[in-house]
Parts: sequence; structure tokens; C-alpha cells
Amino acid sequence: MSTVTGNRGLQLEEKLIFELNSPGMTAVDLPNPHEITNVESRLGNAARKNPIGLPGLSEPQVVRHYLRLSQKNFAIDGGLYPLGSCTMKHNPRLNEKMARLPGLADIHPLQPKSTVQGAFELMDMTAHWLKTLTGMPAIAMSPAAGAHGELCGLMSIRAALEARGDARSRVLVPESAHGTNPASAHMCGYQVETIPATDQGRVDLAALKGMLGDDVAAIMVTNPNTCGLFEDEIIEMTKAVHDIGGLVYCDGANFNAIVGRVRPGDLGIDAMHLNLHKTFSTPHGGGGPGAGPVVLSEALAAFAPLPYVVHGKDGFDLIEQADDAAEFSSDAKPYGRMKGFHGQFGVFVRALSYMLSMGSDGLRQASSDAVLNANYLMAKLSDLLTVSYDGPCMHEVLFDDRFLKDTDVTTLDFAKAMIDEGFHPMTMYFPLVVHGALLMEPTETEGKETLDEFVDVIRALAEKAQSGNTQDFKAAPRYTPRRRLDETKAARNPVLVWSPGRAPELQAAE
Amino acid sequence: MATVKFTEEHEWISMDGDVGTVGISDYAQGQLGDVVYVEVREAGASFNKGEEAAVVESVKAASEVYAPVDGEIVEANKALEDNPAAVNTDAEGDGWFYKIKVTNVSDLDGLMDEAAYKAYVAELD
Repeated sequence: MSTVTGNRGLQLEEKLIFELNSPGMTAVDLPNPHEITNVESRLGNAARKNPIGLPGLSEPQVVRHYLRLSQKNFAIDGGLYPLGSCTMKHNPRLNEKMARLPGLADIHPLQPKSTVQGAFELMDMTAHWLKTLTGMPAIAMSPAAGAHGELCGLMSIRAALEARGDARSRVLVPESAHGTNPASAHMCGYQVETIPATDQGRVDLAALKGMLGDDVAAIMVTNPNTCGLFEDEIIEMTKAVHDIGGLVYCDGANFNAIVGRVRPGDLGIDAMHLNLHKTFSTPHGGGGPGAGPVVLSEALAAFAPLPYVVHGKDGFDLIEQADDAAEFSSDAKPYGRMKGFHGQFGVFVRALSYMLSMGSDGLRQASSDAVLNANYLMAKLSDLLTVSYDGPCMHEVLFDDRFLKDTDVTTLDFAKAMIDEGFHPMTMYFPLVVHGALLMEPTETEGKETLDEFVDVIRALAEKAQSGNTQDFKAAPRYTPRRRLDETKAARNPVLVWSPGRAPELQAAE
Repeated sequence: MATVKFTEEHEWISMDGDVGTVGISDYAQGQLGDVVYVEVREAGASFNKGEEAAVVESVKAASEVYAPVDGEIVEANKALEDNPAAVNTDAEGDGWFYKIKVTNVSDLDGLMDEAAYKAYVAELD
């Protein structure tokens, strides 16, 4: 079925903004510079010789363009977003109201300290909550995201090891880890080695002990891990690492499962990032930015990066220089900065708003409900889908593609068919430790009604695949503005920038 | 006829004198799906058995390719830079990754021959 315009209903075929170009069209009226003759340019050689190449549009055109693009987005505000290891939870509107308070929204990081004491207090209070929830004595608030936090934690570990004259060379990472873990360790100059898993989906403690030696700087664990399982030998693991003089990094991406129940500091963790955009309900994905503060143990506290807020003599103070840090605390050895300013302040406001409005009892209930919801999915789906490891699980449940064996339907086909049914797919093909992974994390946001609808769809699709009706899977998605994209072509021949005359090729991947 | 040996990590090595040509098995490419990028260490790089010699990236995942034996790379397959698809279409031929000068040819004795590898793969499915 086709229309004259290519549009379907009020779903419009949106052109690229460059294709909407009307040369000379502008949203603002400025005096024509060519008519200003008595002003000498001070740009010298830096003056532009050629047009800048931006498209000309009116303000309503620009507003409509971006609004229409946003309408093609899927968001947590639009429905269940079951991406595993992502914790796509509801962002309470109260957070947004707080972030828009003029005293918090209309300030600048270079304002005199005396004029932003309230902002410093807010950062200090956010830090206090995060340290209390994790049972850790220190925190670096500035990292901008989870992977940035990993790098921050590893740099602190390296700084602490170098300070004792023993830099070491190896970092051990479980095979089910997020890909960012080995990447961060590699970026920090370490040689990465993989710790094997047991058939229970957890770190193989004996294998880990066999790999330890006095050249191991750290291990990086995720707890609960990416199979949705609690690493129940974590205390033995951290003790074994500490015994050889190493340190323990924990990937905090899955902290939502244990907030208010487990304090990582009690498990022997030395550094852990907190994805405020996952666990603490701040916007996530395209709606970010994220924030990845890193809590630090006693062993690493002195090696936190700059800047940080402290309780000074005349109210709150911001320590921005190594000299000031040393003056404030004689053992402070900051290794520098991770970020230009103090961190993602607007995200701190939202996270604190969430924590204060939930209270410690509410946070504990949220993590409990998140675990309950994942186990509900496991209980409702385990007879038809193949669960990878026996439950109970934590905040997410891992299935693999054994239930699709001999159906000719792949995990990817299954995910695309879910889109046709109005559900955003779960995480696919991760973690790599099982074949054709389907990793589902409903979060505490969803009520039983939504989960039941989801379960009905998954069950119906699984039965359809097993009955040999593969056509709808291979053709999926059928009802989206674009059909299945050619991922292979996109990866082999990526077209990353628009250039005149190449526009049609951008659509050729369909 | 060159001897072809296989590892449990799904690499193959085909010997010609003391130089072996290394790639990933047809089974491995099938598991990876469409290969979109291959990175091989430069000629002159040397490593021990089990160390990372190359990286292969598919639409599903990025994986390391390990050295099946101790040795030194004498040639990397530059053609894969522009045509990673060769790994899918001809994994055990044009899709080779690198040629390695093997330190101890006797190290190959510990690897599987084609029949043993086929039996090993059949066990995995």
C-alpha cells in the first residue's frame, strides 16, 4: 500500500535536515554584514573564506523536524523497555521539577563559590547518600558515565599501586563482563585476561585463584553479574585478591538489584561506579546525559580525582588543585581531573530528588520489586523458553536460543517480531557466555498488568516459532517506518556524514 | 598435501615447511555471523601459544583470535581490511588471517586433525 507522499497516516517520512535546506532561509534577522562597511574584521586569517554549509530553515521547520524525529524514538515514557543490564526505569517527574528550580538550573560552574553554597551542599548530600548506600568512605563525583567511571576507578587503582612502587601489569575480567570492562583496563595500560565461569554462570573461584599472582593489579567483577546472578563467592574472591596485594573493581551497572540490601563495601570492593541514569532514575539513553560517580574504599580514598566538594572553614569549598588537596588533607594524592567541571550537576539533582523522595525504605523496596519482577518473568516463561541458569535470578533473567533450535528463527528474528507486537526487545546476544542470549530486565517500574501482556506476547511468539510458522519472523518488523535494516552493510560500509548528492544512499540499507 | 590442524578455540593452521597459515574455522564463522571487521597484528609481531593475535568483529560480537602455537607473524592478510566478508564466504581459504613462522613445529602435534575437530564440533551442537 503506498501513498502519494510516502507518509503513512500522520507518520511522516522525515527528510534529513540538509534536504530541507532553502538557501538564505533563516530563523533570525541579522543585519547583512556586507552593508556594514566601516567595521574592520579582526579575524585575520581565521575569517571564513567559504560558506559554512549549514542548511537554511525557518524556526517552525526546525522545531517540526526535531519533534518528528523524537516521535520516532522509543522511550521509557512510551512503554516497557526490558533491555537487560540497562535498568531502563521510570524517571519520576518530581526529579525534573527539582532540576528546573532556578537556583539549581541557572547557575554556572565558574560562579564565585560563595554564591553556589546550596549547589555544593546538594553535591555533598548526594555523595553522602551514595557512600552510605554502598558502605564506602570516599567518592569521585565527576565521571560522566559508567565506562568513564570504570576508567576513573582503574586510574585510582593504578595511582595507589604506583604510590607503593608496584604498578603491576595484569587485570582479570570474567568472561560475562560488559565489554567496557576490558576496554577500560586496556585503556589504563593493563594486560587483560579472562576469568572462566562455572556451569552455574558465576566466576570460577578456583580458576581465579590459579590466575592470581603478584603482577595482578586488580580484578573487575560485576555483581549481580550480567547473567542476572549474584556472585555468592564474592567475599572469598575479594579476599584472595587482597591477599596478593591486588584491588577489586566492581561494575555497578547492576546495583539496582541490591540497593538497601547489600553494601559493596562489606564485600571487599575497592572501587565501584554508580550509573545514576540506571539505578537512580535519571534520564538514560538519548535523553541523558548519564553520570557515573565512583565510590572508593579506604585504600583508594586518597587517590580520588579532582575536583571535590569539602566542608571548609567558611562553608562548603571546592578543591580544584593538587596543592589545595594536600593542604586540606595531608595524604591526598589526586591524579588529576576526569572532566572539565564538577560532574553532571543536573543529574545529581535528579538522583538526590529520587533518593530523598524514596527514602531508604523506598530504595530497598524498589530493588526488591525489581528482583521480584525478573523472577516473575522467569517463572512465567521458563517452561517455553530455555533459561540459561537455574533461578532464582536477581534483577534480570537470562534465556538462550535453545528453545529456537531447529525452528530456523534466530534471536534477532524473535526480537524483530516483538517490535511488530509493540514491545521493545530485550538485550540480545549479550552476555556472550550463552548462545543467542535474550536478557530481560523489567525493573520495578512495571506493574503486573504490563508484565502479563509482555509474557503473553513472548509466549505467543515462542509457540509460533516452534509451530514452524517462521515467515512472520523472517519478514519482521513489518509495521515500522523502516523494515529490517541491513546491519552487515551498515557495519561494513558505514556512511557517517551527509554529503551533497549522497543522501539517497543513506536509505539504501533497507 | 598440507597438514591442517585445529584448536579448541576454532582456529585452523595449515603448515607449509615451518610457516603456518592461520584462520578461523568454517564452524566459527557460522557462529559469529556476518564478519564486519578483522584486525591482525603486523608482520614481525611474535607471541606465545594462546596469546591474542587478531580480533574479529561480527554483527553480533567482537572476539579474539589466539595464536595456536608459538611463533612470529610473517604476513597479515591485508585483503581482509577491505573485504572482511571473505571470512564468511571462504573461512578456510581466502579468509585466512595471517601466516606465522612456527617456533617448534612439534607443537602442532597437540592440535586436532580435521576428523577430530569435526567430532569436537558435533559435540558442541
